[in-house]
Amino acid sequence: MGSFHSRSEEVQELADKTGFTSDQIEHLHRRFKQLSGDQPTIWNLRQAPGGLADEINFEDFLTIMSYFRPIEMDMDEEQLDRFRKEKLKFLFHMYDSDHDGKITLQEYRKVVEELLSGNPHLEKESARSIADGAMMEAASICVGQMEPDQVYEGITFEDFLKIWQGIDIETKMHVRFLNMETIPHCH
Amino acid sequence: MASHVLACLNLWSWLVLLVTLQCPFAAAYLDLPNNNATSAYEPGSHDATGSVQDERLHVFKVDYDSVQIPYEVTLWILLASLAKIGFHLYHRLPNLMPESCLLIAVGVLVGAIIFGTDHKSPPAMTTNIYFLYLLTPIILEEGYFMPTRPFFENFFSILWWSVLGSLVNAFGIGLSLYGICQIKVFGLTDVTLLQNLLFGSMISAVDPAAALAVLEEASANEQLYMMIFGESLLNDGITVVLYDIFIAFTQMHRYEDIEAVDVLAGFARFFVVGLGGVLFGVVFGMVSAFMTRFTQNISAIEPLLVFMFSYLSYLAAETLYISGILAMTACAVTMKKYVEENVSQNSYTTIKYFMKMLSSVSETLIFVFLGVSTVGKNHEWNWAFVSFTLLFCLIWRVLSVFALFSISNKFRTYPFTVKDQLIIAYSGLRGASSFSLAFLLPISLFPRKKMFITATIVIIYFTVFIQGITIGPLVKYLDVKKTNKKESINEEIHVRLMDHLKTGVEDVCGHWSHYQLRYKFKKFDNKCLKKILTREKEPKSSIVSLYKKMEIKQAIEMAESGMISSTAIPHCANYNNGLSPEEVESMRNMLAHNLYQVRQRTLSYNRHNLTTEASERQAKEILIRHQHSLKQTMRKGNSLPLGRMVPVPQAAAAHVAKPEKYLDVCTFICMEGDFPQNSGNGEERVNSRSATRRFLKQGLGEGGAPPLGFHLEASPGYPGVGESSSAPCLSIFSYRGGLTLQAVPNSFAVSSLMLTAGSARLGGGRSRTG
Repeated sequence: MGSFHSRSEEVQELADKTGFTSDQIEHLHRRFKQLSGDQPTIWNLRQAPGGLADEINFEDFLTIMSYFRPIEMDMDEEQLDRFRKEKLKFLFHMYDSDHDGKITLQEYRKVVEELLSGNPHLEKESARSIADGAMMEAASICVGQMEPDQVYEGITFEDFLKIWQGIDIETKMHVRFLNMETIPHCH
Repeated sequence: MASHVLACLNLWSWLVLLVTLQCPFAAAYLDLPNNNATSAYEPGSHDATGSVQDERLHVFKVDYDSVQIPYEVTLWILLASLAKIGFHLYHRLPNLMPESCLLIAVGVLVGAIIFGTDHKSPPAMTTNIYFLYLLTPIILEEGYFMPTRPFFENFFSILWWSVLGSLVNAFGIGLSLYGICQIKVFGLTDVTLLQNLLFGSMISAVDPAAALAVLEEASANEQLYMMIFGESLLNDGITVVLYDIFIAFTQMHRYEDIEAVDVLAGFARFFVVGLGGVLFGVVFGMVSAFMTRFTQNISAIEPLLVFMFSYLSYLAAETLYISGILAMTACAVTMKKYVEENVSQNSYTTIKYFMKMLSSVSETLIFVFLGVSTVGKNHEWNWAFVSFTLLFCLIWRVLSVFALFSISNKFRTYPFTVKDQLIIAYSGLRGASSFSLAFLLPISLFPRKKMFITATIVIIYFTVFIQGITIGPLVKYLDVKKTNKKESINEEIHVRLMDHLKTGVEDVCGHWSHYQLRYKFKKFDNKCLKKILTREKEPKSSIVSLYKKMEIKQAIEMAESGMISSTAIPHCANYNNGLSPEEVESMRNMLAHNLYQVRQRTLSYNRHNLTTEASERQAKEILIRHQHSLKQTMRKGNSLPLGRMVPVPQAAAAHVAKPEKYLDVCTFICMEGDFPQNSGNGEERVNSRSATRRFLKQGLGEGGAPPLGFHLEASPGYPGVGESSSAPCLSIFSYRGGLTLQAVPNSFAVSSLMLTAGSARLGGGRSRTG
């Protein structure tokens, strides 16, 4: 976004959409400009398989960052729950690369392999077994006892929520935007 | 089972050793009266010549007097060390009680022996010995091992809490006790207001080493840890300042003479003393850092410089009646940063260990004196005073915590919950400082000194034993917000993923440049201070030296079998039955060992032990993996990537290699790959993935000329170099002056960015409730 024409309106719009305050939006905008070198978008150089965008503009940037907002003191139960769901949905998308709403074994394997990929000591086999084990565990949590011939399709979002039940995501998955200060520009 | 038996055997052998040590100990004391008796009759017996009696040349002679004090002190220290060994041998004990309990027990034992053998002149602690020799190592060690970043991030909260907390506690306890003293029934009416205030300030000196150990064990959150730590650090200084002020007041003869102007002067003095001390310390720290710049060739004196300058700062400050404690703390903090860059590896280790040793010795001695005083005749028991002191200590601590934190919570981004506050209130253990200050009260001004000592001792015993032992269970019970215990593989994977993701996003947003003040300081530091205070280095040598350091470490490691164990996990052939707990456990272990910890921010603090720094461990891990992947690269026939480095712009070099920063280390390993000579025209993606790593780090937001390229490892992952490895990391590099986000394969942060953006386009927009 080169120059804001009706700047405050646009900012207001964004603020409504993402839940940031206008100060925070200004800051993030400066950050964005820095990353993008004053161009309107940030390019993705990788020849990406489907599902990955070639570029993101500021609005997308903001939307993504809004997932990482910390919880506010005055949120009530329902809002907190919604917040949590959003964050978990975000994570869910990271696993579910083809966006069919389910994390299949393949996808899960891929994720675990990536997580462990840099370690030269670990063979792919082990990573696979871990993924398989994790999948099994998920199955047992979500479906309970399975028949021998029943196949577990994949982790749906509800199952995902179940797995995450005990874990505290609100305090972990946030970045403190609250007091972002000006970041000095490059000379 | 066998190990248990072995442990028991060890314990027994230690006990036997302890008993045998006691014999010469006791014997030494028993001998004394005899020696004194005989020497009384032979005044000239020590002279070689003038022996009046029928002295023959003795083949064996006992001369205890001349070595008495060092002898006994050494025996005490050895005894305490043996006790510590035994303490740690029996594994369950350290979990039950803090180490201070042990030290007090040793002290009581020694005291009992001294009392029992009716020792005429045991080594006693005087003001000089305490303030000049015993206190200083403890303060120095606290200052030196302070984790700076968390401290400064919470600086204002810590300052608010320690200063006001001490003041509130001191005055609160003092005034309440004065109120009690007025009641004639208790027989305390001769204790004046000033004496009570002084007592209040003494007794509010906190020594939460035990609490810290417990918190660290329970992996409590960093903020809580930092508050308690910071409080203990500043509390010593403040208490001593208050103590001095009150003694000065007491010495002004009459209560009635004290006018308002004196009180104001007292306030002003408080500030002058405090701030002056800090200033002093900083100056001395700078000077010593400057001197270490030139000590390349005589590295043996580096530890000496460090210690002597710190000590000198203390002494110089004391000369001017400024707080030596604060001076020394400030000196240690300032000095540490630059000295660590300058000194050699050996000196660095020496400094750390020596500091720990000295402080440990001091603490032991103080506790021994405490024990000696306990079993002695200098007590005056007064039910009312003692019990009310205890009561008020607890009440005022709780009050001050809740009052002060409710105010400071309004200004914090991370407010402290009631549970946190409860923990902080409960961690108000008293220790060596209170006792020493009580012991050193001048008897002329305090005719009821014994009563004060008794009260102090009772409080210390109570807090250390009862609170120290129960704080562990309390923390567990309250379930202070801590790092999640993962119980299933899924959780482990998910939480790790999220950590990585979050860190990546934090870096993309520039979270680390959070505080402008800190950023400004860093810039100033890099521009001026570092140039003056640290050694001249060639621009790349910090990387090289880091690399060399780690190579040495790794060579040592390789000689042992310390490399990361790749446990083979049982192959789960049978999926239908579910995973057995052992399999789950082994998988979790594998995950835990093979995934990096996301940046851990606080180093753990333990007065009695040195723990490896997380960054060291991580650096080591990185090195080992790097080496391994290098070998793989070489096997594949590629050219050896090491060694060639493109000259980096000076600005970028300034931000180079701080071993603490995981971020930087990642990048340096990466930087050691092949550099394209000129990536000015962009499409230099030779060898695909490695290309993304071949750029200079510029750090997010830290300026410099339009970069040749800049590369950032945003999310901690595997900085594997070479084709075979890929890592979850975010690579932002620029060419042609424009910045781009490159999603390195498996970059979680960026994948997610691109993904969500992509799904927005695909899915036709996301609503926020989606």
